Amino acid sequence: MTADQVDGQVDGNGPEFIALEGVEKVFRVRRKAGRLRRVKQEVRAVDGIGFRIGRGEMVGYIGPNGAGKSTTIKMLTGILVPSGGRIRVAGIDPSKERTRLARRMGVVFGQRTTLWWDLPLKDSYELVRRMYRVPHDTYRKNLDRCVELLDLGPLLDAPVRQLSLGQRMRGDIAAALLHDPEVLYLDEPTIGLDVISKARVREFLREVNATLGTTVLLTTHDLTDIEQLCRRVMVIDHGRLMYDGALDGLHGIGGSERTLVVDLERELPPIEGVPGARTVKVEGPRQWLAFPATQSAAPVVAAVAERWPLVDLSVREPDIEDVIARMYTRSAPKPRTPEAR
Amino acid sequence: MGGAILQRGGGLALYAAVARGGFRRYVTYRTATAAGVFTNTVFGFIIAFTYQALWDERPQLGGYDQAQALTFVWVGQALLATVSLVVGGGLDELQERIRNGDIAVDLYRPADLQLWWLAADLGRAACQLLGRGVLPMAVGALAFDLALPAAPGLWAAFLVSVVLAVTVSFGLRYLVALTAFWLLDSAGVAVLSGLAAMFFSGMLLPLRAFPDGFGEVVRMLPWASVLQVPADVLLGRYQGAAVLGALGFQAGWAAVLLAVGRLVQSAATRKVVVQGG
Repeated sequence: MTADQVDGQVDGNGPEFIALEGVEKVFRVRRKAGRLRRVKQEVRAVDGIGFRIGRGEMVGYIGPNGAGKSTTIKMLTGILVPSGGRIRVAGIDPSKERTRLARRMGVVFGQRTTLWWDLPLKDSYELVRRMYRVPHDTYRKNLDRCVELLDLGPLLDAPVRQLSLGQRMRGDIAAALLHDPEVLYLDEPTIGLDVISKARVREFLREVNATLGTTVLLTTHDLTDIEQLCRRVMVIDHGRLMYDGALDGLHGIGGSERTLVVDLERELPPIEGVPGARTVKVEGPRQWLAFPATQSAAPVVAAVAERWPLVDLSVREPDIEDVIARMYTRSAPKPRTPEAR
Repeated sequence: MGGAILQRGGGLALYAAVARGGFRRYVTYRTATAAGVFTNTVFGFIIAFTYQALWDERPQLGGYDQAQALTFVWVGQALLATVSLVVGGGLDELQERIRNGDIAVDLYRPADLQLWWLAADLGRAACQLLGRGVLPMAVGALAFDLALPAAPGLWAAFLVSVVLAVTVSFGLRYLVALTAFWLLDSAGVAVLSGLAAMFFSGMLLPLRAFPDGFGEVVRMLPWASVLQVPADVLLGRYQGAAVLGALGFQAGWAAVLLAVGRLVQSAATRKVVVQGG
């Protein structure tokens, strides 16, 4: 038995695929202090994070800008060395054996591309095939699946520079999957995409996770990504894990609220007596009702429609910054990490 | 060591594919190629007329007769884009990727950064030798009385010398690009290095025409491998085994520069990996 198996069963074959223990990343930056003086300052981008992800899990990793999400992903891929703590991915220490691990993982950075700018998309795939030494059959099978599910057929011969952001993103995701990676890291895969492209990317990721059992860790600013894809979500802020569990639980803990916006026929006094909801704002015929995010919108809508002259309505989801801000004020002293999966 | 580095990536086949990609990529820049051919030809005429006047005054300057001097001019124009003397060639892009952090994407791939870019640059050079080299040379040969050799052996040696010239030039430009890891803006370094290359390669005046002591020193520098040596090989200035010596001189600089590039690359990677981008 190896040491890894003793202290965590993280040999890449067991249920635990990714394991972090007390991981830290401290950057030293120089700040201006006066005309010539520079003060060295420590920035703790990641401040003691620990979590485990099982093989085949699909986990959302969210947090405000600068929370430490990308830093965590860079440490998982091995291009950043942690300042402290311990990381194992498939039993491998990523920063020590980056190249060996590289063959087993796929990475997509929403704002960066691995594709060759001036050449047709398929040329980039050909390079991926050689770089990862993908056997011909596997390559063919994977490419066909990506082409079909991501609708890449018409794009294969187009130079990458001519692709739209959504097309390029789909192209990049396919490039990350051609070598059958066991784990896929996605950093903001839907950033800047339109609704249709987002839906297509999500559908594809769900399919890959379900049929191939690929472990997926994705960061995002779009709560809808998480809602539609991940049963488990981890929230990071100021480099610390604030929450690790189901999305519903996150709403519960944050006490976050959804908002029902109703347009009435005419200006009326604030709506009252709707169970579970309270009116938070009135502007002419339009009123805003807040209700707990864990609750269904249907009974609220029904109650309003029954007694008020309803013309139109929409439901607004709480946004991620809001949820985190609430959670932060409620549980500021100690980070909460329920064991729920 | 070389074998191990090669194996870490996808092997020789991968880098051959990268070189083909580099070639095909420059094929797509048709307008730029046409503009480049035009520029090289015009400059070829300007410098050729200047040299005619100079060699009328100082026949046998640097040991070249007038036809040889004019050949030197047109070889220089033909190789200008290939050895990427003035502009950074494909490595401007590497510099930009380092600056904006895209280099992180390159680092997690199972391929060697230096070999990848060397392969891409050799592909680029091959494309530009055909696209921007052949035509100006042909025009020069039609307009002036050039001293081009008839022996196929000399042409073969010249081709080998050009490949080595590109490799030396790559070694220099790779080092310049890597400074972007430490400097926020390495454009200044690139300009300085471009000027040095222009002067010390013999592009402005053959290095043999420089005054004795200075000329001898300059001919030992890596830039001499980039233009002076290939031109002298073509002009038949090296006889017999001396040709091998000239190619060996180029190969030596190529090896030294690539080795230094590796050291700097590993220092840069360590910096990024430990300190973040």
